[in-house]
Parts: sequence; C-alpha cells; structure tokens
Amino acid sequence: MNAADTVLELRQVQTRFDAFVVHENLDLDVRRGEVLALVGGSGSGKTTLLQEMIMLHRPSAGHIRMLGVDVLRAGERERQALRRRFGVLFQHGALFSSLTLLQNIGVPLREHTDFDPAFIDQLAYLKLRQVGLPAEAAHRYPAELSGGMIKRAGLARAMALDPELLFLDEPTSGLDPASADGFDALLLQLKQWLGLTVVMITHDPDSLWQVADRVAVLGDKRIVAAGPMVELADVEHPAVRQYFEGARAGRARTDKG
Amino acid sequence: MDPSPESEPAGLEQVDSTTWRCHGRWTVDGLGRLTRELGLRTFPGAGKLVLQGGGVQAMDTAGAWLLRSLLERLDAQGRQVETEGFPEHHMDLLARLDELAEPAAPAPPKPLRGVYRIGKASLDVLQELFELLSFAGETFVCLLRALARPWRIRWKAVLADMETAGMRALGIVGLLSFLMGVVIAYQGAVQLRAYGANIYVADLVGLSMLRELSPLLAAIIVAGRTGSAYTAQIGTMQVTEEVAALRTIGISPFEVLVLPKVISLCLALPLLTVFADVMGVLGGMVMAKLQLGLGFVPFLDRLNEAVGLRSFLLGLGKAPVFALIVVLIGCFQGFKVSGSAASVGHHTTLSVVQSIFLVIVADAWFSVMFSWLNI
Repeated sequence: MNAADTVLELRQVQTRFDAFVVHENLDLDVRRGEVLALVGGSGSGKTTLLQEMIMLHRPSAGHIRMLGVDVLRAGERERQALRRRFGVLFQHGALFSSLTLLQNIGVPLREHTDFDPAFIDQLAYLKLRQVGLPAEAAHRYPAELSGGMIKRAGLARAMALDPELLFLDEPTSGLDPASADGFDALLLQLKQWLGLTVVMITHDPDSLWQVADRVAVLGDKRIVAAGPMVELADVEHPAVRQYFEGARAGRARTDKG
Repeated sequence: MDPSPESEPAGLEQVDSTTWRCHGRWTVDGLGRLTRELGLRTFPGAGKLVLQGGGVQAMDTAGAWLLRSLLERLDAQGRQVETEGFPEHHMDLLARLDELAEPAAPAPPKPLRGVYRIGKASLDVLQELFELLSFAGETFVCLLRALARPWRIRWKAVLADMETAGMRALGIVGLLSFLMGVVIAYQGAVQLRAYGANIYVADLVGLSMLRELSPLLAAIIVAGRTGSAYTAQIGTMQVTEEVAALRTIGISPFEVLVLPKVISLCLALPLLTVFADVMGVLGGMVMAKLQLGLGFVPFLDRLNEAVGLRSFLLGLGKAPVFALIVVLIGCFQGFKVSGSAASVGHHTTLSVVQSIFLVIVADAWFSVMFSWLNI
C-alpha cells in the first residue's frame, strides 16, 4: 500500500475535554475506494472522532491528513477548499427545514460553484434520483417526508459536489429493516459507480457484514482493531467481541453466509 | 483526482470542420465558464460531427450532465454525433444519467396569484379565527373542570410561572412606566404652566396612567416577554413530540401546559399593573417637583381627589382580560407549530404580533364600552 492510496490518515490523535481523555495515541488509515465502518460502544468517542475528521472539532494533539492536506496545520483557504472534496450525512439528515429537497441538495452547489440556477436545479435533481428518491419528492419540505427519505436526501446533499470522500453518521439508524437494507444497497451501488471512499459510524450488524470492506473498532481510547469482519472474528478484545456475540450479530452473520 | 498543476478548466474547441475536442476538467470546479458559454456556441455544418474526449482530465456528474445536454441538443438539430476517445468510465457515467433523467423533474408548484391569493388568505384568517375560538372554548372548559377539582391544578407550575412571568418582569415594567409618567408630566407641565394650573398635573398623570397606560404597557411587555416564550416552549415541545407523548400517557396538554399559565398570568398581570401604576405616578411626581415645583404632598392630595377608586379599578379590571389574550394567543400559536425549526420562529412572531394587536383592540373596546356606560 503506498501513500497515494491513503485518503485519510490519523496519527497519534489525542482528544481531551479538560481532564477527561477521549482518544489517546489513536491511529487510523482510510484507503481510497473502501468503505470503512467505525464502531465502538456508547461514549467511546466515535462521534467526536468523526467531528475531528470533518473539521468540526480540533483534537488536542496529533496529525490528520486528508486527501494530501495536513488538516490541522492548513490555512483557512486550504481547509475551505478541502470542504468541497468531502460530504457528510448527519445522523438525523440535518436538512434545512425551510428549503425544499431540491433546494437543500442545491445548497453546496450554489455556495461553491458559479453555475446558473437552472443548471444547479438539474444537477440537484440528478442527485435526488441517484439516491432513489421519487421525482415527486423534489418540491416537498423535509417535514413532509419519512425518516428514510430524509436520510436519502441528506446523502444526496452530501454528494452534491461529487466528493471523493463521504462521511456517514449512523446512516441506517432509525430506519426499518427494509429501508436499512435499501440504504445499504444504495451505498454499495454508489460506491461502485462513483468510486467513493466512505467512512461511516454504524451499529447495524447487517451494514457491518454487507457493506463495510473494513471495520475499525474504537475502544480503550484508541482503535483496538481494524480489518474485514471475518478477520475481526479472531480478535479477543471485549470491544470487538460484542459485535460477534449476541443474537443480532449472529443473525447478520448467518445472512452473510 | 487532485487538481494537478497542468489541469485546466473545461473547454470545447473546434479541431477541423467536423471535429470538436473536449478538454480540461469537466467537474464541478472546472465547468463554471463552459456552462454559460456552451449555450451560445454554434456547430456550423450539417450531418456528421465528431466529439473527441481524449483531452478530458476528469469528469463527474456535472460534467457528464453538461455533455449529455450538448449531445441532446445536437441530436435535436438532426446531427449524427460520434464520440471518440472518451475513457470507458466517462461513457458509463453518461449512460447512467439516462435512467436518472427520467421522468423529468416536475415543475415547482406555482405560487397563487391575485384574487386567488386574497381569497386564500381570507379563508386562512377565518379558519385561524375559528380555531382560536375553539381553543379558547376548550381552555375554559378545562378551567371550569379544574376549578371543580382544584387539587388537580399544578400549583407548583403556577408559582414557577408567576415568578418568571411576573416577578422577573418587575424591573422592565417598573422602569418603563416610571419613564412614561415622566414623559406625561413633562409634556403636561409645559401646557399647564401657561394657565397656572400646575396642580392639575396630578389629574393628568393619575388618570392617564391608572386608567389607560399602565394596564396597556404591562400587557404589551408581557406579550413580548412571556407570550413569545410560551409559544416557543410549546412549539418546541410540539416539534420534539413531547406534546404527543403527554397525550398518549393520558395527560391533557391543556391541563399541564395551558391551565397553569392561564391562572398564573391572570394573577401576575394585575399585580404588575398595580406596580406600573405606582411607578408611573412616581415618575409624574418627580417630574412635577422638578418642572413645576409642585411638592409631593400637594401632588398626592390632589391625586386622591382627582382619581377615585373607580378609575383605579377600571384600569385594573382590564388586566385579567389582557392576560387571557396573551396566554391564549401564546399557547394557541405554540400548538399550531408543525415539524420544523422555521415553524417555531414563524409562530413566535405571529404570537407577539397578534397578542399586542388584540390587546390594543380590546383596550379600544373597553374605552368605547366605558363611555357608553358613563363610567
């Protein structure tokens, strides 16, 4: 594996809230074209880690390198340029409630390009269709949509600028199993079409087995193990074991087999 | 995909009479100029035409979409377009757009025009008035039921409400009515001094503050301060489904959310009004002393003669009515909130505007009634 294949690189990342240490000497690599799932128990600092990757929160120490840019030492211009190259789907979609879906998806395009409004609307509509939303949804407001549709629309907005890197925060949480399966399938399809690199936080055993190429397990303030699910099966760390024991994990595994 | 030093914006240039060459980055950050220029380009000649794609450095959905619209346009002009040299994954991207583009985007709903708009707005107003009336009715039924079983009333919430709506407002209400008293006395002093009728400044300040201004001032401040808070509170609870949760547990939102507010504000606003009376008269008194040299004792003696208990009670009697208006509108708008954060803001604004409007309308109505009844 050479350096060009690593799109995101975390080295010795440390996060502290006053005396409370969340991450200590945390290392993580994300390779181009893979879907990396980030798992860990409640309070293990997954969301904080994600926020550090998407530049919403600054770690206390360490290095983060994204798409060749040293995130923590780059100037604001460079960071702004970097923001165009990744997309984020927040846990609850975070659609702007005063805008229609089409306008929501168009927001990054309006902000970052000088396309005329008609062209932006066309592109936004393509994205809307790309995530499997029906044409009629274009002019609806987020409040009128189901949770699954909101997540899809959030994904469309995250992909509006055709980013190289996509961050998803619990994309299938709160969805019924059919919608969650649909979302997983959509993610695989988009990855295949667009060559996306995806980092996602998830608790969903199905997603871990079906979608993730590699799984990174957060525990003891660091990444205790990272690898394909089948390899993690042999890891003895308790933070890893919980994904293989218990009825839910068992079911997902059998489905895979 | 890094923009390398030699990368250039997307472009399209003619190579020979039938060949055009695409080059540069056909991506969101390289396309800007070309999207605007392409509509103006002409492709002279007829029949066959070749598009070369060898020079394209990168292509994303936006680039593919632009290329597709170009191909569609040429197709509509009856040209046979041949593409050559595009990498396979660009052609894949192009092919996939076909399935996404169908069906075409629906047109946005048209905004209503002219007469329709007026009609719709009038119907909405009527509808809202009707809803407000039924809300008020429901509140009164709930109030009566609660008065029959007073131990069911949440007195703790009532007291907490009285503190936030009443006691915490003392400062602002006191200051503003003091200033109002000062202004009235000052304006009056100029006129009264000309006639040597200095003493009548007590009539002026006393009557105007006690009968009209104190209740109005206190109600308007409470509408802005407390009515809006009620709307925002209930509205947010509506968004987070807390109101729905109360209903399913079998607790009436009226009983928990509206009733304590009705009781507390109907008690707090009259008290605030009395406080405003005192501060307003005090302001007038201070000003009378400074401007007209009228001492506190003669001022108060005259006040006692000029302003009877009746004027004081008439002013005070309006306060509970104003309080009801503010609470009802505040809570009503809170329950009307639906879904979004924007809706909370919208209804909070409506709540303040409507309650101040209705308070002033009610005040005018009181004036007319009082003069009919000769009191």
